[in-house]
Amino acid sequence: MTEYKVLSGSDAVARGVRLSRVGVIAAYPITPQTHIIERLAERIEAGEYNAQFIPVESEHSAMSAVIGASLTGVRAFTATASQGLLYMIEMLYRAAGARAPLVLALANRTLGPPRNIRAERTDLMATRDTGFLIFFAKNNQEALDMVIQAYKVAENRDVLMPALVSLEGFILTHTYAGVKIPDQEIVDEFLPPYKPPVYLDPKRPLTMGNPMPPNMHHEYRIDFHKRLLNAKELIKKAAKEREKLTGRFTGDLIETYMLEDADVVLVSMGTIAEEMEVAVDKLREDGIKAGSLRVRVFRPFPEEEIRELLAGRKHVFVFTRSLSPGSVGNGGQLAMEIKASLYELGDDEKPKIHDVLVGLGGKDVPYSDLVKIVKGVI
Amino acid sequence: MVEFDIKPIRVTNEELIENRFSNILKGNHACAGCGGTLAMRIISKAFGRNVIYVIPASCSSVRQGFIPKSAMACPVFNTAFASAAAVASGIAAALKYQGRDDVVPVVRAGDGGTVDIGLATLSGAAERQTNMIYVCYDNEEYGNTGYQRSGATPPGARTTTTPIKGKREFKKPVPVLMADHGVPYVATASIGYVPDMYKKAYRARRQIKNGFRYIHVHFTCPPGRGTDPRDCVGLAKLAVDTGLRPLYEVINGKRYLNGISKKQYLEPDKYMKPVEEYLKYQRRYRGYTEEDVELLNRYRDRYRDLIKRHVKYTNPELEEI
Ligand SMILES: Cc1ncc(C[n+]2csc(CCOP(=O)(O)OP(=O)(O)O)c2C)c(N)n1
Ligand code: SF4
Ligand SMILES: [Mg+2]
Repeated sequence: MTEYKVLSGSDAVARGVRLSRVGVIAAYPITPQTHIIERLAERIEAGEYNAQFIPVESEHSAMSAVIGASLTGVRAFTATASQGLLYMIEMLYRAAGARAPLVLALANRTLGPPRNIRAERTDLMATRDTGFLIFFAKNNQEALDMVIQAYKVAENRDVLMPALVSLEGFILTHTYAGVKIPDQEIVDEFLPPYKPPVYLDPKRPLTMGNPMPPNMHHEYRIDFHKRLLNAKELIKKAAKEREKLTGRFTGDLIETYMLEDADVVLVSMGTIAEEMEVAVDKLREDGIKAGSLRVRVFRPFPEEEIRELLAGRKHVFVFTRSLSPGSVGNGGQLAMEIKASLYELGDDEKPKIHDVLVGLGGKDVPYSDLVKIVKGVI
Repeated sequence: MVEFDIKPIRVTNEELIENRFSNILKGNHACAGCGGTLAMRIISKAFGRNVIYVIPASCSSVRQGFIPKSAMACPVFNTAFASAAAVASGIAAALKYQGRDDVVPVVRAGDGGTVDIGLATLSGAAERQTNMIYVCYDNEEYGNTGYQRSGATPPGARTTTTPIKGKREFKKPVPVLMADHGVPYVATASIGYVPDMYKKAYRARRQIKNGFRYIHVHFTCPPGRGTDPRDCVGLAKLAVDTGLRPLYEVINGKRYLNGISKKQYLEPDKYMKPVEEYLKYQRRYRGYTEEDVELLNRYRDRYRDLIKRHVKYTNPELEEI
């Protein structure tokens, strides 16, 4: 029997972690992530959940500890936000280099100064090139489901790379919504116990990460790219497998709404995508053939899918909640990736791309703003 | 609860040589006469096979040699400079989760990775009483990057970042700091006293059955010191004999000075060699001044005072070397 609960985004992530039977959790507090780890620590202390919790002294150590646990053969989890993410970033590269399929939940938050704890995705963008799989949730339900899916894909032997599940701080972490909690048996069937091909074991001594000559290292790096690209099909496959188990299809690389006949396409990630769907309805009421496309997985980037779906459209509005100062266009990283994906299209097929920065510093992004922006241009 | 089974350990040089097990193999990439390799070899004999090593950036990471080869005969994870004790914490938690209580994670870090960049991480793991052994391989410099000053560089020493006047500050007393964390075992050791070093490693692994254990090993890095590789062991011995690197153990909060260091404590005039005897063999002290000697003497006195305050217990059986 599927259980329904009203949960905050943080609770939903914590549920996802427990359902995934994670064995080691290491974490350090930072708003707006803290409820995730508090919830887990509480369940462990209460004896309801069998896992080891390490209250580390920094985020750098949180990532270090989960790498250690994962390489010892135990499913591991940590969560952070903003400054905490930047403090641990050295170890994100190491997690990927060590091929530790752990999961990191990121509650997006602005980077200071000035001090501000609200949602912005500039923190996430710092992880773009680390080698992590990057999932971005649009609501609490997805946050829960994504954690489980992230382990499933990350632990696949054709991938074996760490994964990040991003959800916007406060907008999701601190907001309560109805969530279907999958049965443990169903999750267990979907996500079998973690069995890495190699792990730290005195019976089979193995040196990990000693010096490597440049020619070999070149190949090793390129292999990361291949592994993340391998994840594309596996993500889709995992979504189908889940559908069989739960009757719901969730978890593709992208999600579309009213896209088929749309001339005008709104593109974004996370909660803004939910606003986009309402904006599409409003625009359609006013006779504008609008549709929307949500990037659900940012790494691997769904390049071919996006190219196929956006070819021949008139306008594409990319709403980005993060900024790369001094880069191309208006500086939205999502728009850059979309532009790059469409480069190979012929001139007659190329839509006009509008690089729109929204919601920086956690500024609210209501659908009405999106409607206004679109109407102001076309 | 930490389990203890403290007994005197007897080992002869012959036994040490005969015990062929070592997890650092021949053909490793250390410099000729590296005291660190000697320390690794002896300590690994005491630790045995059931260990998982965590090695942060340091000479220890390079000594292993290049992929696809490795000079290590044990599981090793090479990690970022500041992260070793935290990675070991994760391994310890995973081993506990798996119920593999016969295996223990061991950190093998340099002094820079221990007393400087990794100090918060080390302190965190100790405060959490993590079940692990942390060994600091102290060559008193950032060896891997070319002999720069570290928090463990002794006063007066010229390094590549204190090239003219030499370091003016004292060496950070990290073993004392670790003992103050209330962990079950802390020891200082030196490649100048090999059986003592072996015993301490043995005690940390076999007699203190769990909890956080810290061993601070002092050794000679010939290129960093500017000494002949063959003087490696003798020089380390002089560091102890001049009272600059006292040997002691802190077992469950009780502190014991060992061997010559205890004699120096009881009868300094008789057993303490003048620091100049140590300085004259090292290029890093070349042209040392009166002021340098005075600084080193002050450092030595301060360190003695620091230990003195804590040495309250004696156990004749444990003190002998
Ligand atoms: C974050 C970071 N900063 C700097 C370095 C460069 N680095 C690598 S090894 C090393 C020196 C290590 O010194 P120590 O810990 O004393 O070990 P030793 O090389 O002397 O054995 C430094 C500075 C690094 N790898 N990572
Ligand atoms: S630089 Fe010094 S510590 Fe490093 S390997 Fe060479 S001798 Fe050993
Ligand atoms: Mg050093």
